[in-house]
Amino acid sequence: MTLNDLLPPIRGFQYNFAFIDEGVKKEIRRALLKAVALPGHQVPFASPELPIARGWGTGGLQVTMSIIGPDDVLKIIDQGCDGSVNAVNLRKLLVATTGIRTTFDSREATVLQSRHRLPEIPLRSDQVAVLQVPLPEPLRLVEPSEVETRRMHSEGDYARMWVSLYEDVVQHGAVSLGAGYPVRVNGNYIMSPSPLPRWDLRMLNDAEHLTLLGAGREKRVYAVPPHTSVRPLEFEDQPFTVENFAGMTCARCGSTGTFLDEIYDEKTGLATRVCSDSGFCDLVREGAVPRRGRLAHG
Amino acid sequence: MGYVAVQGGTTAIENSRKLNRYLRLRGESAPLTVSQIMEQMAPLVDRVMGEGGLYSPFHAALAIKQASGDPIEAAFLLRAYRSTLRRLVDSLPVRTETMRISRRISAAFKTIPGGQVLGSTSDYEQRILDFSLADETVETQKEVVHDFEAGARPGEEAPEPAEFRKVVEMLREQGLVPPVPDRPSPQPTDITQESPAFPLDRSGRLQMLARAETGGVLALAYSSMRGYGNIHPTVGELRVGRVTVQIPHPWRKGTAITLGSVSITEVEIVAKTAPQDSEEAKPTFALGYGSCFGHNEVKAISLGVLDRAMRSPSPRAPAEDHEFVLLHTDGVESSGFCSHFKLPHYVTFQADLDQLRAMRENEE
Repeated sequence: MTLNDLLPPIRGFQYNFAFIDEGVKKEIRRALLKAVALPGHQVPFASPELPIARGWGTGGLQVTMSIIGPDDVLKIIDQGCDGSVNAVNLRKLLVATTGIRTTFDSREATVLQSRHRLPEIPLRSDQVAVLQVPLPEPLRLVEPSEVETRRMHSEGDYARMWVSLYEDVVQHGAVSLGAGYPVRVNGNYIMSPSPLPRWDLRMLNDAEHLTLLGAGREKRVYAVPPHTSVRPLEFEDQPFTVENFAGMTCARCGSTGTFLDEIYDEKTGLATRVCSDSGFCDLVREGAVPRRGRLAHG
Repeated sequence: MGYVAVQGGTTAIENSRKLNRYLRLRGESAPLTVSQIMEQMAPLVDRVMGEGGLYSPFHAALAIKQASGDPIEAAFLLRAYRSTLRRLVDSLPVRTETMRISRRISAAFKTIPGGQVLGSTSDYEQRILDFSLADETVETQKEVVHDFEAGARPGEEAPEPAEFRKVVEMLREQGLVPPVPDRPSPQPTDITQESPAFPLDRSGRLQMLARAETGGVLALAYSSMRGYGNIHPTVGELRVGRVTVQIPHPWRKGTAITLGSVSITEVEIVAKTAPQDSEEAKPTFALGYGSCFGHNEVKAISLGVLDRAMRSPSPRAPAEDHEFVLLHTDGVESSGFCSHFKLPHYVTFQADLDQLRAMRENEE
């Protein structure tokens, strides 16, 4: 063997299946196994750079790249939508480096990668949700130092988190957190649920499916295994509430029990509402699934 | 209707890519060649290699061309490319005493063993726009090169010593700076192979600093020099040149294979007195160390200052805090996160909007 044999060619470079090399994939899978064994615990991993910018889903992407195989069917959504520019971009990279089949129908997907939403149709046990996470540390709200937050998690020292929620209630009459509402996983670690809207948290609790969360820039993965309790932090006399879409209807499919985006008409400036889950909305319009007739949250 | 059309994203992204390329090339000038960038924008190439964490002038120059000269974007391209390269072996530690010097200065002593070498610098140039450069031609280029080479008379120079002793070593011999500590573990941390855990050891810190964005480390080091902290550095020694990179021979134990050389900038700064180990110990200066790929003096000095600041026994200022410095100076990470805020946040904003509206109702 000569030294030249060891060096990669400058041009005509062949990328590995799913871009990252098998050694790195193994390392990520090892971190994921640890994450599954410790629900809600943030496991560090090396997180090499990808051809996608930090903060644009590199954590989710690395998780997907390390678990995906040639027979998988992939769905990628961004804030609920298959056609959002970043979802398109990430899908393009994964298809270019794997050649696998993709779908907009969440029921067909074996791996579903998402930024900040879970699909309206609950996932099954043969499906994996991969969530892209910008800020994995729920305690960052009250403590800037990583050394300190890791200590707080390991000692279950969550007093400052509770105090901050209490102060919120005192000052604002309610907990003012919108998306990314902190949850307690398996009665143990406090976890940042990607920033899912509060609406989606019930779909993490006692779910059929495995959820893997990846934060590329912060170099952490964590997981919610199937049938694990995921409870939003709440006080007995200040119950947790989800987004209120009472009396609102999707202008595209007529559903009333889905998470709705507010859309402003370009001409009239009037607000209308449409399903944030574009795949679900399209299925209803095609008649493939029944329209949601009542609030899923009662 | 404002609904994100499912096919709209794909077409828009593709068209945007085409527009980028069009804007770069629509002028009438000839396309920049990679070798032009390598030769005529060497400091930019060096900076991108350092922040990209990959020593390859060709790939760095190509990245600069692709990024239309944006250094952070170019470093990002290089890092992403680096992720696809197989790691073969760890090199042996580089002995910078054996550097082939192209520039070497000390702000601590007027004369140093081996001598000061001013080399190439714009430090003493008056920053006056040189309009003659606007008319530079191949002829003027040849003339400049010919005149310089004719003026250089290598025969008259004293033969270059094989090793330049470190200025700091002189201070160390007198006991004025602490002895080199024994490394706690023979295997240094590798920030590209594991997520940095804090408190991070010095090998990890120096690695993160070496890949940090020049402007970022400059800002934090400046804060320490100016008043948030108290590091007034004396540049004990700054050297620029090429060092030889060797790897251990795979089977002939104790021998090494030379792969080639890389150009680096190395700085040792002397600043403040070091914390004393015991009451009886005499006071010493503390050192700050910085080194990075290529010729980038502002960065290397900033790294030296930050290395010293981060070893403060009782950190108070931002530049003395490991997490503050190291987690916020990586250009690829910070620029990526900063630009991600341009992505749609319809759902998360809807969730916040709903919460705010509910709170306003509570007030009534």
